[in-house]
Amino acid sequence: MLSKKVSSSHSVPFWRDVRVLRVMGQVVFLVIIAAGILWLLNNLQVNLRACGLRISFNFLRNTAGFPISEGLRYNPTDVHGYAFWVGIVNTIRISLIGIALTTIIGTVVGIARLSSNWLVKKLAGLYVEVVRNIPLLVQLFFWYFAVMLTALPMVKNSIRLPGSIYLTRRGVYLPWITLAESFGTWAWYIIGGLVVAIAVYVFRRIQLKRAERPGFPIIWAGTILILILGAGWFLTPGNPLALTIPVLKRFNFEGGLWLSTSFTSLLIGLSVYTGAFIAEIVRAGILAISRGQTEAARAVGLKKAHVLRLVVLPQALRVIIPPLASQYLNLTKNSSLAILIGYYDLMNVGTTIFNQTGRAVEMIMLIMASYLTMSLLTSLLMNYYNRRMKLVER
Amino acid sequence: MDENQLAGYADKNQLPPPSERIPAIRWLKQNLFSSWFNAILTIVSTALIMTIVFGLLRWALEARWEVIPANLKLLLVGTYPVEHLWRVWAVVYLVAFLLGFSSGAHGGLMRRVSTTAALVSVVLAVLPFPWGTRGWLLGIAVAAAAGFGLGYLGKGIRWCKRLEIASWILSFPISLIFLNGVGGILPVIKGRTMWGFMLNLIGAVVGIGLSFPVGVLLALGRRSRLPAIRLVCTAYIEIIRGVPLISLLFMASIMLQLLLPASVRPDLLIRAMLTITAFSAAYMAENVRGGLQAIPQGQYEAAYAVGLNRALTTILIILPQALRIVIPAIVGQFIALFMDTTLFGFIAILELLNITRSIMGNLEWRGTIFELYVFIGIVFWILCYSMSYVSRRIEKTLGVGER
Amino acid sequence: MTNDEGIIIYRDVHKWYGDFHVLRGITFTMQKGEVVVICGPSGSGKSTCIRTINRLEEHQRGQIIVDGIELTNDLRNIEAIRREVGIVFQQFNLFPHLTALQNVSLAPFWVLKMRKSKAEEAAMKLLERVGIPEQAQKYPAQLSGGQQQRVAIARALAMTPKIMLFDEPTSALDPEMIKEVLDVMRNLARSGMTMIVITHEMGFAREVADRIIFFDYGQLVEENTPEEFFHNPKHERTKLFLSQILDY
Repeated sequence: MLSKKVSSSHSVPFWRDVRVLRVMGQVVFLVIIAAGILWLLNNLQVNLRACGLRISFNFLRNTAGFPISEGLRYNPTDVHGYAFWVGIVNTIRISLIGIALTTIIGTVVGIARLSSNWLVKKLAGLYVEVVRNIPLLVQLFFWYFAVMLTALPMVKNSIRLPGSIYLTRRGVYLPWITLAESFGTWAWYIIGGLVVAIAVYVFRRIQLKRAERPGFPIIWAGTILILILGAGWFLTPGNPLALTIPVLKRFNFEGGLWLSTSFTSLLIGLSVYTGAFIAEIVRAGILAISRGQTEAARAVGLKKAHVLRLVVLPQALRVIIPPLASQYLNLTKNSSLAILIGYYDLMNVGTTIFNQTGRAVEMIMLIMASYLTMSLLTSLLMNYYNRRMKLVER
Repeated sequence: MDENQLAGYADKNQLPPPSERIPAIRWLKQNLFSSWFNAILTIVSTALIMTIVFGLLRWALEARWEVIPANLKLLLVGTYPVEHLWRVWAVVYLVAFLLGFSSGAHGGLMRRVSTTAALVSVVLAVLPFPWGTRGWLLGIAVAAAAGFGLGYLGKGIRWCKRLEIASWILSFPISLIFLNGVGGILPVIKGRTMWGFMLNLIGAVVGIGLSFPVGVLLALGRRSRLPAIRLVCTAYIEIIRGVPLISLLFMASIMLQLLLPASVRPDLLIRAMLTITAFSAAYMAENVRGGLQAIPQGQYEAAYAVGLNRALTTILIILPQALRIVIPAIVGQFIALFMDTTLFGFIAILELLNITRSIMGNLEWRGTIFELYVFIGIVFWILCYSMSYVSRRIEKTLGVGER
Repeated sequence: MTNDEGIIIYRDVHKWYGDFHVLRGITFTMQKGEVVVICGPSGSGKSTCIRTINRLEEHQRGQIIVDGIELTNDLRNIEAIRREVGIVFQQFNLFPHLTALQNVSLAPFWVLKMRKSKAEEAAMKLLERVGIPEQAQKYPAQLSGGQQQRVAIARALAMTPKIMLFDEPTSALDPEMIKEVLDVMRNLARSGMTMIVITHEMGFAREVADRIIFFDYGQLVEENTPEEFFHNPKHERTKLFLSQILDY
C-alpha cells in the first residue's frame, strides 16, 4: 500500500507527515513496552540475586524423589524433567478421554434439546441450565469429596454395576482388553487388512471418478477391513486379545483397569460441565441447517443418505467445529484444576517440582509453555480447517 | 384526514391470530406419545426424574441443614467482625438504593430487576432469621423504594442522569474503601483474605470493572493500523487466553513479588485482583473486538469526512455503538468471572468454597459435606442464572443482530 | 497560490488496489461554483476518484490540489481539506446512535469548537433547509431513506464546506424518495455550491450540471457540456454507455 512514487513536490515537516507519525508512534510504543519489560526483568534479577538464585534449567536433571501414582511408568528416582513429562502426558490423557466423553454427552443432550418429546426436551434444558451456572470447581469438589470420597463404599462393599464395573472409594475398576501372546500373529492381519483396504478405497474412488458417478468408497474399504480382521481372528491360534476382569482379592481388586478417584472425578466433572456447552453448540449447528436446504436437496432427487452427507453435514460442521474446538481447548485448560483434587497433571507435577526446588520462574515458564503449545497447535489446526472450508465454499 | 382513513382501513381488516386451545389429551399425544420411540423415551425419562426427585427428597429431608444457618455469617462474610457488619449492610443498601434510583428513572428491565431484588429481601425477612437480621433485610426494600421515589421524581432532569452514572461509578471504590476501612476515620478490618462469599462478589466486580478499560484499549490495539501495536496486543491477548487461570494465579502467588522491586509487596488479595483483571482483560478485549468488527466501514468514513480525527471518531462514533452490541457478552463474562473467583482458594484465600473446608474440618459438622456443596451450588446457580436471564432480556430489547 | 487556476486541480492521478490499476492518469480542473456530474459504468473508478479528494482514499502518483492546498501526507493538510470538502454517501452512513440533530451538530461542536447551543441552532437551520425540521429528535432508524439522505446532506453542510461530493446519493433509495433528495441537491447547486456528483440520474445531470465527465476503465474518457454530451458525444464508448442507460 506504500506509494510507488512520492507525489509531493515540496517537503512536509516531519512532525506533520502522516507516514513519519505512524512510524514514530510505533517506535514510542515499543520503547515503552520494552522499558516496562526490562524494568520487570531487572527487578527479577535483583530479587533472584538477593536469594542467591540464577535462572537455569539444570535442576530438571536432578532426581525428583516424589511419587506420581498414575500415568507413565515412573519411579521417584527418575529426574524432574521426566516427572514433568509424565504430568504432560497425564494432562493429554485426561483431555483426550474427556473430549471423547464430553462429545458423546454434548451430542446426546444437544439432540435431546430438539426432541419432539416434551419431557426429554425439558430434561435436557434443565441439565444445561443447571450445569452451566455452577462453578466448575464446585462441581469437581462435589464429585471428588462428596461423591467419590464420601458417598461411595469401601472396597469390601463396592457397588457393582452390570458388566463387572466396581465403584469404590479407591476408584473405579472396569474390565479391560489386554494383548495376548498370539497378538503378534494377528497384528500381521491388521497391517495387511489396512493395506488392502486403502488400496480398495483408492481404486474405487478412481473408478467412481472415471465413471463420474457418486458412491461411498469408504464403505467398501471398511467392509473388506472387517472381513480380513475377522478371518485373521479365526485363523490365529488362540485369542489375540484377552479380557481381564477385576476380581476382589484380600485387600484390593486385581486385574482389569483401575481409574483413580481423582481421575474419575476429574473426568466426570470436566465432561459433564463441558458437555452442557457442547450441547448448545450441537443444537445451534442443527438449527443452522435451514429446513429449506434439506428440502431443496431432496427435491433435486438425492437419497436421504446423500442429503445428509453432501448437503447437511458439511454446513452443520462449518457451524459446529470452530466453537467445538474452543470448548475442547477449554476442557484441556480446565483440566489444570486437577491440582485441587490430587490428579497428577502437568500443573500439579509442576507445582510439586517448584515446592521441592524453589524454581519459580523456570517452572512457570515450563507450565505456561506447555499450555501455550497445546493452544497453538489447536489454533493452527483450526486455521487449516477454516482455510479448507473457505476453499470448499468458493 | 387521508392518512387517518387509511389507518382505519388497515385496522378494520386486521384479524387477531387464531387462538388455539389444545385439549390435554391431544397435547400429551403430540408431545409425549407421538411414536413408539417417543413413548419409550417418555417412560424412561419419567423413571429417571422420579428416581432423582425421590432420591433428592429423601436426602434433603434427612440432611442436616442446620449447618447452613449456624455458619451463615462465616460463609457469607467470613471473619468480618460482627461489630462492623453494619458496613456490609450499608454497602448493600447503597446498591439497592442505586438500583431503585435507576429503575425509577428508566423503568423497563431495570424496574423488574429492582422490584425482584426488593421482593426477595422481603421474602427473606419473613424467614426465621434472628430479628436483627430481619430488620436489616427489610431495610433493603426500604432503600430500594427510597431510591425509586427519588429516581422517579428526577426522571426528566438532565443532571439527574449524570448524577446517576457518576454515583454508580463512584459506588464501587466507595464500597471497597468502606468495607476495608481507612486509616483514621474507619478502622481498617484485618484479615481481608478471609471474607467468604463477599470475596467472590468483590473479585468479580473489581475484575470486570478494572478489566473493562484495559480490555477496550487492547481491542482497539488489536485492530490498530500500526503493526507494532497490533502485534503486542494480539500477543498479550492470545497468551493469556492460551493458559489456564490457575497457572496465572500460581504465578501471582509465587512470582509476582520477584518481578517487583523489594519495596512493593502487594498482599495476597491485591495480587489475586490484579491477576483476575489481567486475565479478564484479554477476554474482554475479544468481546469488544467482536463489537468493533460489527461496525461498518462507512461509519469510520462518515466520521473522517466530517472532520473528526481518529481519537474522536473512536470515542464518539465507534465505541458507543460497539459497546452497546457487546453488553450481553460482557454480562456473560461477568458470570464466568464470578464463577472463576472460586479458584482464589488455590492461593489460600478463604472465599466461599474454601471457607467451607474449615466447617467440614469442624468435628461438630462432620458429614455435612453434601449440604455445604449443595448450598454453594444453589447460591451460585441462583445468581448466575438470574444474571444470564437478565442478559438475554437485554439482548432482546437491544435487538442485537438487527441493525 | 494556485487558487486562480481552479478550486480542484487533478493532475495525472494514479491509484492501485494491489495490482489493480483503478485510476489511470486522471486530469481535470474545476472552477468555483461549478457543478460537475461524473458518470460511467460501475467499477470505472469514479467513486474512488472523488474519495481521493477528501483523502478517504490515498492516491499514489500525481497531484491533487484542493482550494490551493496540496493533498500530501501532511496531517494538517488532510484535516484542513476534510473541513472544506463535504461528502454524501450512497448508504447515508448516518450515526445510528445519535438523533438527526445530533448527527448534524456533532462535528461543528467537536471540530469547529462551536458552543453547543449555537451548533444546535445551526443544525436546526440546516434541517429546515433540507426540509425535515420536524424529524430533528428522531433516530436514523426511524426515518425513511430519503429523509436519512437529507440528514446526511445537512450533516455535510454543517461544516460549511466549499465543495460538496455526492457518491451516488440516490442509488440506495426507493423510487418515490429520489425526487426529494434531488430537489435538495438542485437548490444547493443554485445557491452556488461547488459540487461533484456521481449519479445515474441523467435528467438531473442534464438540468443541473455545467459539465459532465465520463469515466471508463479508470480513465477520463470524455469531458463535455450536458448538451453536447447527450446529443453529440465525441467518443464511441460514451455512445455505447448512453445507449445502455437511456433506453432501458
